[in-house]
Amino acid sequence: MVDVTHGAAGPLSAAEVEDVELYHPKSWITKYVFSQDAKIIAIQYSTVALSIGLVALVLSWLMRLQLGFPGTFSFIDPERYYQFITMHGMIMVIYLLTALFLGGFGNYLIPLMLGARDMVFPYVNMLSFWIYLLAVLVLVAGFFLPGGPTGAGWTLYPPQSILANTPGQQRGIVVMLVSLILFIIGFTMGGLNYVVTVLQGRTRGMTLMRMPLTVWGIFTATVMALLAFPALFVGAVMMLLDRLIGTSFFMPAIVAMGEQLAYKGGSPILFQHLFWFFGHPEVYIVALPAFGIVSDLISTHARKNIFGYRMMVWALVAIGALSFVVWAHHMYVSGMHPAFGFFFATTTLIIAIPTAIKVYNWVLTLWRGDIHFTVPMLFALGFIVTFVNGGLTGLFLGNVVVDVPLSDTMFVVAHFHMVMGVAPILVVFGAIYHWYPKVTGRMLDDTLGKLHFWVTFLGAYLIFFPMHYIGLMGVPRRYHEIGGMAFVPSSVVTLNEFITIVALVVGAAQLAFLFNLVWSVRHGRPAGGNPWRATTLEWQTPQTPPAHGNWGKTLPVVYRWAYDYSVPGAAEDFLPQNQPPLPRAA
Amino acid sequence: MGVVLVFMVIVAAFAGWWLSRQGLAAKPWLEVGVIGEAVEPSSPATAKLGLGTFLVVASSLFALLVSAYSMRMGMADWRALPMPTVLWFSTGLLVLASIALHMAVIAARCDEPGHLRSSLLAAGVCSLAFLSTQALAWRELAAAGYFTAANPASAFFYLVTAIHGAHLLGGLVALGRTGARAFAAPREISPKAMGGLTLSVELCATYWHFLLLVWLVLFSLLMRWTDDLIEICRGLLSA
Repeated sequence: MVDVTHGAAGPLSAAEVEDVELYHPKSWITKYVFSQDAKIIAIQYSTVALSIGLVALVLSWLMRLQLGFPGTFSFIDPERYYQFITMHGMIMVIYLLTALFLGGFGNYLIPLMLGARDMVFPYVNMLSFWIYLLAVLVLVAGFFLPGGPTGAGWTLYPPQSILANTPGQQRGIVVMLVSLILFIIGFTMGGLNYVVTVLQGRTRGMTLMRMPLTVWGIFTATVMALLAFPALFVGAVMMLLDRLIGTSFFMPAIVAMGEQLAYKGGSPILFQHLFWFFGHPEVYIVALPAFGIVSDLISTHARKNIFGYRMMVWALVAIGALSFVVWAHHMYVSGMHPAFGFFFATTTLIIAIPTAIKVYNWVLTLWRGDIHFTVPMLFALGFIVTFVNGGLTGLFLGNVVVDVPLSDTMFVVAHFHMVMGVAPILVVFGAIYHWYPKVTGRMLDDTLGKLHFWVTFLGAYLIFFPMHYIGLMGVPRRYHEIGGMAFVPSSVVTLNEFITIVALVVGAAQLAFLFNLVWSVRHGRPAGGNPWRATTLEWQTPQTPPAHGNWGKTLPVVYRWAYDYSVPGAAEDFLPQNQPPLPRAA
Repeated sequence: MGVVLVFMVIVAAFAGWWLSRQGLAAKPWLEVGVIGEAVEPSSPATAKLGLGTFLVVASSLFALLVSAYSMRMGMADWRALPMPTVLWFSTGLLVLASIALHMAVIAARCDEPGHLRSSLLAAGVCSLAFLSTQALAWRELAAAGYFTAANPASAFFYLVTAIHGAHLLGGLVALGRTGARAFAAPREISPKAMGGLTLSVELCATYWHFLLLVWLVLFSLLMRWTDDLIEICRGLLSA
């Protein structure tokens, strides 16, 4: 700590800000239900996201039961199997991960970490949640309509997604598209809030380069989501028109069941472009908040400043920008021009550079740190390993010549579950264990937490590692039953049984986590204001859980960056961001 | 997807320029103390930034629509649509609405509530008239047998005009509320209330200018003035 720059060296009196523009709830309903407080909205978002995620978890159980023990469960017929696949994928990616990272963590952490009282447009923020809830309800309605939800696969590729005989073609696909459109409208409202709050709502002294990496991650991801979701919006609207009034945006002239349909001249590839123009950034919309959160978890629980903070910020921005020029690597087998394949393979592999920088910096942050193996730290470490794993198989799939034979095999399923399923969800868990004490004032139970971590972490590897081998043998994904294909050895059948049993156990471990969440609200050990002895502003609030308006009468003033851990000469091993400069040694 | 890539490059260039002015090369681990002056949270700046961000999102939406449109045009079976002449009329109406809102901004800044009210009224009337003429164009095409399903060009025409119109409708809600406030304001309006009103009018004007710009781009695309340009771009991309 050698330099004191730009302005006063001594402590400043905190800026008093008049309390006029804050919204004040007048009744129980406006305080806890139609609340405009970002913290309540965050809890609402998280609760809904975790609840619908539980539905998706059960769907994955059902899929695994079919794959492990084909024919045993007669109610899982091919139609239902496809419906389970579709809903599992869509819920996990959009309604759980996106909503939880941005709507949940974004709402809770952005104002608190930046020293703001709330989001800049609280009313719009509230609308965002209620539209999200509506989107989820419309989605769930698909299960109860005649014909059930759509079974088109989470990518909803036309023409099959709206052809007769695809499960849920009557109503399911319509409610799915409507739900997506609603989700995007709701998200845009929230996203505008997150971006403008980061740009305008920071407290005095909080420069962009003093923001915790969690905020950087959420901010970058939100900007990406705001630019990428319109592609899904356009795609969904156009497909809805194709389905409802018979336009031919995506539907080519087609003969189905021996009949010439009325569609003429649409382009299914156009949908793939639109979908993946959204779909690939979506991977990073989920990953970047995870990157940011993991950086903060590692730094806090290793009692060391983050290694290469500037590089970490630049890498986040670089990944965000690059992720918009790689989308067609999902379409190598769509018959595109080989030169395009070369271009997109190159851009895809270039993303490995900023990503690798981040991984090195996490490892170097751990290097000679005072590592506390707390539950959040375990999950953060689990994330790094898993992300590297999933990322490496991504390098295989990013190359056209390797991708073509592996396309549509279980290898792809194993890859994306590792990199954007397991890895981000480990961060979700780590983050919940880390910030739960701030949200409720009580700690989650440690023993249950460790049990949860080890079962989930080891279980995920037991599930997805064998799946890579199954894929390498050429076992296709999306098949209801592989049956007696000559190239599939009996070991695959045994492996599938094994994976299914592990999946059931890992799923059950999540119930222990849910129990922990509910039980600890009342019975957890009281946490105090700053149980992890962390530097960032959310741990310095006058009350825990933070009261409405977050900061009492005066806003905090920020004097330092977010990673002053183990500073030589300091009395404690951490210096909160709002702690004035230490008196200089003579 | 060339159009949307160009749009993304513009956004990236702007973001890069902006980020380059934010001290991203700072070394925060060396800097202790308060950096910068206390900035009063200002609601006009926040509101303008909020609208600006939304306009970027909306631009992304329209860029994607234009992208999809030009991709579809490249296919062999594309048949162009005879454009209803009434579109010229509606374009003129949207230009008038935009001008009226510009006048409203000037009136608000010069503290002339009378002019402000009449300009807002004119903008509202022109915008509603614009929507009606668009509906007229829809009917004209439908009467000529080009309803949505018949031809990809007409499906795109309906989609593009509908989404643009929906954005204008949303804007009309904001304009209606602003107008209601302007008409309800007392003769001797307080400077603070006038400031709030001016901000609302400015935001409406920005939004209308944006929608006019988008419409001009869409209009030139629909009128096929940009065919050559698209052809040239396609040549460049496939070269």
